Amino acid sequence: MLTVKDLYASVEEKEILKGINLKVNPGEVHAIMGPNGSGKSTLASIIAGREGYSVTNGSVTFEGKDLLSMSPEDRAREGIFLAFQYPVEIPGISNATFLKTAVNEIRKYKGLEELDAMEFLALIREKMKIVGIDQTLFSRPVNHGFSGGEKKRNEIFQLAVLDPKLAILDETDSGLDIDALKIVANGVNVFKQQSKEKAVIVVTHYQRLLDYIVPDYVHVLYNGRIVKSGTKELALELEERGYDWIKEENNIPASTK
Amino acid sequence: MAEIIEKTDLRDYYHSHFQAFENSLNGLKETEIHLERKKAMEQFMQSGFPTADNEEWRYTNPAPILKHTFMPAFEAGEVELKKESFEKYLIKDLPVNLFVFVNGKLREDLSVRQKGEEALELESLSAVMKKDSEVIRKYLSEPVNGFTALNKAFLNDGAVLRIPEGLVLENPVHFLFLSGSPLGEILIQPRIFIIAGKNSQAKIIESHHSIFENAYLFNSVTEIVTEESAVLSYYKIENESEAAFHLSRLQVRQQRSSAFNCFTVTFGGSLVRNDLNSVFSGEYAETNLNGLYLADGKRHIDNHTVIDHAVPHCNSNELYKGILDDKGRGVFNGKVIVRKDAQKTQAYQSNKNLLLSRTAKIDTKPQLEIFADDVKCSHGATVGQLNEEALFYLQSRGVGIEKAQSILINAFASDVIDLINIEKLKETVNQQIMDKLHKVSE
Repeated sequence: MLTVKDLYASVEEKEILKGINLKVNPGEVHAIMGPNGSGKSTLASIIAGREGYSVTNGSVTFEGKDLLSMSPEDRAREGIFLAFQYPVEIPGISNATFLKTAVNEIRKYKGLEELDAMEFLALIREKMKIVGIDQTLFSRPVNHGFSGGEKKRNEIFQLAVLDPKLAILDETDSGLDIDALKIVANGVNVFKQQSKEKAVIVVTHYQRLLDYIVPDYVHVLYNGRIVKSGTKELALELEERGYDWIKEENNIPASTK
Repeated sequence: MAEIIEKTDLRDYYHSHFQAFENSLNGLKETEIHLERKKAMEQFMQSGFPTADNEEWRYTNPAPILKHTFMPAFEAGEVELKKESFEKYLIKDLPVNLFVFVNGKLREDLSVRQKGEEALELESLSAVMKKDSEVIRKYLSEPVNGFTALNKAFLNDGAVLRIPEGLVLENPVHFLFLSGSPLGEILIQPRIFIIAGKNSQAKIIESHHSIFENAYLFNSVTEIVTEESAVLSYYKIENESEAAFHLSRLQVRQQRSSAFNCFTVTFGGSLVRNDLNSVFSGEYAETNLNGLYLADGKRHIDNHTVIDHAVPHCNSNELYKGILDDKGRGVFNGKVIVRKDAQKTQAYQSNKNLLLSRTAKIDTKPQLEIFADDVKCSHGATVGQLNEEALFYLQSRGVGIEKAQSILINAFASDVIDLINIEKLKETVNQQIMDKLHKVSE
């Protein structure tokens, strides 16, 4: 489904990713872990198409299509969803208008008929239950004045409504209390269980979220490279031992590749 | 001809037209109103037009206007018009008392009143002057510069609207201004008087449209009086061609416990300047001045407001938002004066601007002058660009870049548009913004 090959990328001349290789098949859950500044969020951002990164080498393909030459909106329309670490507040536009526009832009791209107000409402009602979002939150401006937990829940609500093929969660667990974490994880699991084809990439610093979203593979990103891959047991080991042993094992000066 | 005029002073040019105007008045040359006109013409001859070194005109240089020599509209004669030709300018599905002004002159033949609202008194300025000029002389304000002096000197076109005491007007009044001449570049100078009687309530829409390609100068003065406890909502929608110059001065005098809500939407003109002056003369009055401007192409839009808290216990709120694209230029100059005796004043003022291109420009100058010591006042201005992170957020949800931009622009403007309390007008304004933005992105 998603293939990242020998990816090098930099921000303002500073090299962040130094040869990432990653293959995600339909139905798989991958966790990408690593200490702060290792390049986790950069990888998520490049897959989603955020500006400000220059890819200096390598490729990213999604279902065989070159992702890097696509606009962010086309990536979303093809089926990639990024849950933001810091969801953006947009005063002046309601969640409802925002989501209806998004749903219909994606449907138009797929050659499907746009949903009318009634059909859209029916879809929303069904999905609201999954993440416990209520009507008032839905009619408020996008993320405006939301608590941290509400913002993250809203991301998962959008995931449920937009129904992509691949969901990327960028530190969705940061700043969440355990109850909110469970709701978010449940939302992701419901999305995953809809079909055997849905894939998830969980980018996280901590193991905690992985108690609820169980990964098939765990990758440790350090200094711009995946230095270790394993199964969910690797995540537990990281939780126990921290990241220092990884750093020691891979103590390469930043100037050499 | 043009060459000769360039070499002579513009003042002499307009003075010679003033003499032609005087001669056309025949027997009405000896009236008190005409003495006022002559006085104004003298003032004009002394002051001439303002220049950019005048602080009030620092950000809006009148020079582009003064390159033209405009022929007073009455010399160009009447324009033949059918109702079908301006139907597109009416607000869809909104019943109104429609008064059409073609080149500043009231056209009764094109105007329509709603049934049951005959109590509304509207007459052309010239008709009122002929029978009883007292009301005009009472409210006729003194010129503040060469433009307003010139308007006063040629005082003849326009209308007087009286909303009788206690009348609650069900349907809005719509002053539809259609401007331009096929014969050349003309000078349009109406003066409108609006007297909102004691305890009355009304909504007025003033909209402006160009009906010919030729340049013109629209140079108007509107005098509004809200008597005790009157509530008046005033909407001004400017949607004129890129050849149009539009200068208007709105002078508001508010009596005790009255409320004046003004909303100015400006899309252009080539050069537009709105001067809005509001004076509180009675306590417990309220004024709300709001506005939205969108300058694209090479359009220049200036909103100058002055709110004068001359007495205690009055409130004023002001929110102006601007969207500037291409080489569009905006000016906001908002002054709030709180005089020494005006205790318990509350005055809030805000101007926010969105720049969509590197070549767009805004000059914003909010000013508070407070001489009282027991007041609540605040003011502020912001200038920003579209939020890149919000754009990416929308794109990452599948929304195309152009649509994402227009959503964010609408989101920016939405809180001020929500202050329009005529639903059909709000829809029209929203649509006009969408159309404009669509053109911008093309």
